Amino acid sequence: MDSREKPFLETKDIYKSFDHVEALRGVSMNAYRGEVLAIVGDNGAGKSTLIKILSGALQPDSGVIRIDNKEYHGLTSKKAIEEGISTVYQDLALGNTMDVTSNLFLGRELTKYGFLKKKRMNEEARRLLDDLDIQIPDVTALAGDLSGGQRQGTAVARLVHNGGRLLIFDEPTAAMGLNESNAVLKLIKKLGGEGLTVIIISHDLPQVFHISDRICVMRQGKVIRELRTEDTMMDEVVSMITGVVTRD
Amino acid sequence: MKAKRLPDYSYTLILLGVLILVAGVLAAASPFFLTWKNLRNILNQSAIYLVISVGMTLVISAGQIDLSVGAVIGFAGMIMGMMLQSGMPAGAAVVTGLLISLVIGMINGMIIAYGRVNSFIVTLSTMTVMRGIILILTNSSSIFGFGKVFAFIGSGKVGAVNIPIIISLVIAALGAILLHKTRFGNYCLFIGSNEIALNRCGVDVKKYKVMIFSLCGLCAGIAGMIVTARLNSAEPLAGQGYEMDAIAAVILGGTSMQGGKGSMAGTVIACFILNILKNGLTLLSISSHYQGILTGMILLVSVLISESRQRKKSEV
Repeated sequence: MDSREKPFLETKDIYKSFDHVEALRGVSMNAYRGEVLAIVGDNGAGKSTLIKILSGALQPDSGVIRIDNKEYHGLTSKKAIEEGISTVYQDLALGNTMDVTSNLFLGRELTKYGFLKKKRMNEEARRLLDDLDIQIPDVTALAGDLSGGQRQGTAVARLVHNGGRLLIFDEPTAAMGLNESNAVLKLIKKLGGEGLTVIIISHDLPQVFHISDRICVMRQGKVIRELRTEDTMMDEVVSMITGVVTRD
Repeated sequence: MKAKRLPDYSYTLILLGVLILVAGVLAAASPFFLTWKNLRNILNQSAIYLVISVGMTLVISAGQIDLSVGAVIGFAGMIMGMMLQSGMPAGAAVVTGLLISLVIGMINGMIIAYGRVNSFIVTLSTMTVMRGIILILTNSSSIFGFGKVFAFIGSGKVGAVNIPIIISLVIAALGAILLHKTRFGNYCLFIGSNEIALNRCGVDVKKYKVMIFSLCGLCAGIAGMIVTARLNSAEPLAGQGYEMDAIAAVILGGTSMQGGKGSMAGTVIACFILNILKNGLTLLSISSHYQGILTGMILLVSVLISESRQRKKSEV
């Protein structure tokens, strides 16, 4: 992340209020290609609101979002998807009674005259999962039979296959066992390594330090700091989150 | 480690075993059962149910229900009957009747998809509305006397096989290909599995729902054509209660009531099981009044089996 490089995603002075509550009070942040950016902050800091605005689920009251040098005043979810911005939902994204391949290719099936090319889809699904190092032995297994990590892997593989450029993970390892969570973290790191932009929201600071390249600290509706993970100590981040230190 | 999943066809194989078992018991109980004449009779009787069950399989796979198929049978029959009686050619009557059935299905689908209403209520309403219209337009009496060309659809034969048998088997084969081999079928199942995910992936779920109900309407129209041609008469109450038989066949066949899982082969086998049982009751001189009880009980048991399979799955 050369600082001279243009960010893939840039927000400028995003404001958003719900009735009398100011959730975001001028958020400006950047995310670069090939990095894993962790957004941290206490409950109510505005992380979720920001994420929803980035994925087009919410419209900001004011401010600018710039993606790949194109400027948006508010993003619709359709536009966000077209730009390759997706939030990875662990549980809402998959059809449990359908197999991994169907889930992977959902909406982009390989067909000839409307007939599914199942064999080719299975082969390509296999390749895609192997490329991403996602451990699913059988692509004809039903999504409902997969573990949490495998499910998330399937959801990610679909987004990558669909040309995703910025993937957002909201607490990606919540309710997961240690092995599971490690697999997901490995996948997230890999995605960053392959030139995608990854944003992750997490409460788990050791995890954040383990996988992120940069950390963006939010407090009371503002981004108070963007830090390079390798130049930062965990205590420092904790102080910023809790508001003990808010140095500029 | 998770329990090993049985292959999808294992339930269908069990069903096939049940079919053979039932046939065996009936063959032992009645010497007439295994005659070609009787078997042909069963296939011929099954034809109507098979055709509507194919459409119903698509609908239930998508987690929906269509209670209006019986009424569409009556409605399509009435349209064809009225046109034939007014002297129109059989081809025109059939095409118009089928198109109207398709449109009724389309209307069901549009109200369900765009009005975001539960399919149970929508099709229950359209069923009642159609039954009313039929009684008004026919003055509650039969329309009959249609000439040979139309009657051939119901009672004609190619070689030793009745036309309705051929129609129903072709439709079942097409239905199986549609559900299991095409993108359309995949989306049917996915609507039943996770509609929101499908929508998020940019698939026009509403359009597909309309198409699914349209096809179900068309199937009911074809069944209406067969019923009317076979009797050579359009009865105002034709098809009444047939939706129950179709739903029973589909659920017994292993299609999940919640959607997301469907088997056309299962539907076909289950349909034959139900009709063989009915035929057996007739051969054994048991009153036809028991047939309704039997269908109802089988539906109940199938739903119980289906639900317990579903639960087992979610407990794994």
